[in-house]
Amino acid sequence: MGSALEVRGVNKRFGGLQALNDVNLTVEEGRIHAIIGPNGAGKSTLLNCFVGRLKPDSGTVMFHGQNLLGILPYQVNQVGVSRVFQTPEIFADLTVLENVMIPALAHRDGIFEMNAMKPLLKETDIRKKAVDVLEDIGLHDKLDMTASSMSRGDKRRLEMAMGLVQEPKLLLLDEPTAGMSRADTNNTIEVLKHISKSRAITMIIIEHDMHVVFTLADRISVLAQGTVIVEDQPENIKGNKKVQEAYLGGAH
Amino acid sequence: MFGLSRGDLLLWLFVLLLVLAAPILLNPFPESSALAQFNGGYPDLMQRFLIFGIFAIGFNILFGLTGYLSFGHAAFLGAGSYAAVWMLKLLTINVIPAIIVSTLVAGILSLIIGYISLRRSGIYFSILTLAFAQMSFAAAASVGFVTQFTGGETGLQTALNDPRILDTASTTGNIPAPSLFGLEMRDSFQWSVGDWLWTFNAGYYVCGFVMMVAFYIAIRITRSPFGMMLKAVKSNNERLSYTGINPKPYTLAAFVISGMYAGLAGGLMVAMDPLAGVERMQWTASGEVVLMTILGGVGTLIGPIFGAGLIKYFENIFSKINESLLHQWFAFLPDGVEDFFVAVIYPFVGKGWHLTLGLSFMLVVIFLPGGMVGGLTSLYRRIFKKSKQAN
Ligand SMILES: Nc1ncnc2c1ncn2[C@@H]1O[C@H](COP(=O)(O)OP(=O)(O)OP(=O)(O)O)[C@@H](O)[C@H]1O
Ligand SMILES: [Mg+2]
Repeated sequence: MGSALEVRGVNKRFGGLQALNDVNLTVEEGRIHAIIGPNGAGKSTLLNCFVGRLKPDSGTVMFHGQNLLGILPYQVNQVGVSRVFQTPEIFADLTVLENVMIPALAHRDGIFEMNAMKPLLKETDIRKKAVDVLEDIGLHDKLDMTASSMSRGDKRRLEMAMGLVQEPKLLLLDEPTAGMSRADTNNTIEVLKHISKSRAITMIIIEHDMHVVFTLADRISVLAQGTVIVEDQPENIKGNKKVQEAYLGGAH
Repeated sequence: MFGLSRGDLLLWLFVLLLVLAAPILLNPFPESSALAQFNGGYPDLMQRFLIFGIFAIGFNILFGLTGYLSFGHAAFLGAGSYAAVWMLKLLTINVIPAIIVSTLVAGILSLIIGYISLRRSGIYFSILTLAFAQMSFAAAASVGFVTQFTGGETGLQTALNDPRILDTASTTGNIPAPSLFGLEMRDSFQWSVGDWLWTFNAGYYVCGFVMMVAFYIAIRITRSPFGMMLKAVKSNNERLSYTGINPKPYTLAAFVISGMYAGLAGGLMVAMDPLAGVERMQWTASGEVVLMTILGGVGTLIGPIFGAGLIKYFENIFSKINESLLHQWFAFLPDGVEDFFVAVIYPFVGKGWHLTLGLSFMLVVIFLPGGMVGGLTSLYRRIFKKSKQAN
């Protein structure tokens, strides 16, 4: 297996703040790669650079040989990169089922399809796919609920379903279990583990919950003040001095 | 059935029934009664209910689904009207080419205006559409080159010596009236039962047929994957692009569709009454359709139709009530009280009907964000839920 994502020399500056400082990262195909680090380390900023939300000042981001920099967010998605945001980004006025059918349609039909005369009711395949994913993630009893009326944890799970239904090659998860109950967190761990194994989806997961990180991750990068200070196997991260310093000293 | 769910089919049939029976339903008061004033069942007004219904249904596809608020749809209404008059003049007095071409011309114009205006969103989009509509208005009224096609301030109408290349020359010496294969739009059949008089007008039923088709298409669009994407544009445009969808072509398609509905409405106006004036492009017409949609219920299927009907009813019936009529109504009260009532009510009727409209609009926006239809639905749900809990 080769590498799915190659990040080389990425820099990003916000005014006087060097949010990302020469970041290098290699994510192996089919693996779960965790990025950890104190608040404000630049983890979300790094993901923003992958999906076209931010344009880095310099550096390259190659995904299976394709440059992700300079293409638009929907093009990034269409090459197989789905993202789950740190603050849930969902279609709040639509139902849970619709929220998942939209990405499923995007995956099948591409960036635009003029299917204005086709009844949604006849999209039984898309519907089934969406329901299946919602079942995996445990939201199948809320299909017709308006997304805005769900709890924060459920919104996160919904957004995960929106990512998973697209069967992406690379799934970017920004703190997927934040705000979830212990039980829901454990369920999410199970789902992600299962999907990573059965469908060989590469994942990058940003997480503060160390239980989640050490259960799931095949490899961990530690980011502090915009720099990757360590990248290693999970068992080597736990005792690493630099990491402890970053968390104790870096968390202002 | 017909690609509609059971509920939607029932809704469509309900509207069909209303349209068919409107000449009777809208004339509930006997001819000789004092209340006959409030009868709305005359052809001219009923045609307008339907035509503005089409205008509002189309507008709702853009505003109700995508949330993009256009203040320029009068441009498409006007363009459709001009195109239709030209078809009646050049081709044939049959209304079919006029209606089709008016829709297409408005479609082309809305593609251009939409393509440029949709580079912005929110208030900037609204202002761009308003600017374009005002430019169209000014051009139609007074730009030399354009007035050749619009008749400037005078407007356009059919004339006896029009070419009408598909028709045989008129032998009667009269300007022919718009017709559908010989059936004149102004033809009516009157039926009187007791003191009631009902008018069944050919033009009205042509409008009714067109509106039912337009309504059917609007339901299909709303219930399609495309329609769901439009709702997603309104809900979270940015998220949609991270989901692999380019929102732009979706919004533009919605804009063009709603522009075509406006053009169709403009064409039908001409089919009923073969003239077009520049006032059809005025900003007030753009504003009117916004009011209709919001009053009836943004994003609901039948809201816009009711909103259009209500406003046209107000405009035509409320505006007719004058001071002496009010005195007549309240004559049974003692003089002083009578004068008081008349003085209080008078500002809200007759020429003051806009005041009533404005007040109802405020009440709806404040208390019924879903418009009349939204309000009725939530009322129904509340009653339904209560009775369910009681069980
Ligand atoms: N669009 C922006 N404009 C200016 N500064 C920004 C912007 N986005 C992020 N920052 C700053 O960049 C730094 C890194 O932010 P980022 O959100 O990437 O941190 P993080 O590692 O995801 O933290 P957390 O764990 O709290 O989510 C922070 O200091 C933040 O304030
Ligand atoms: Mg973050």
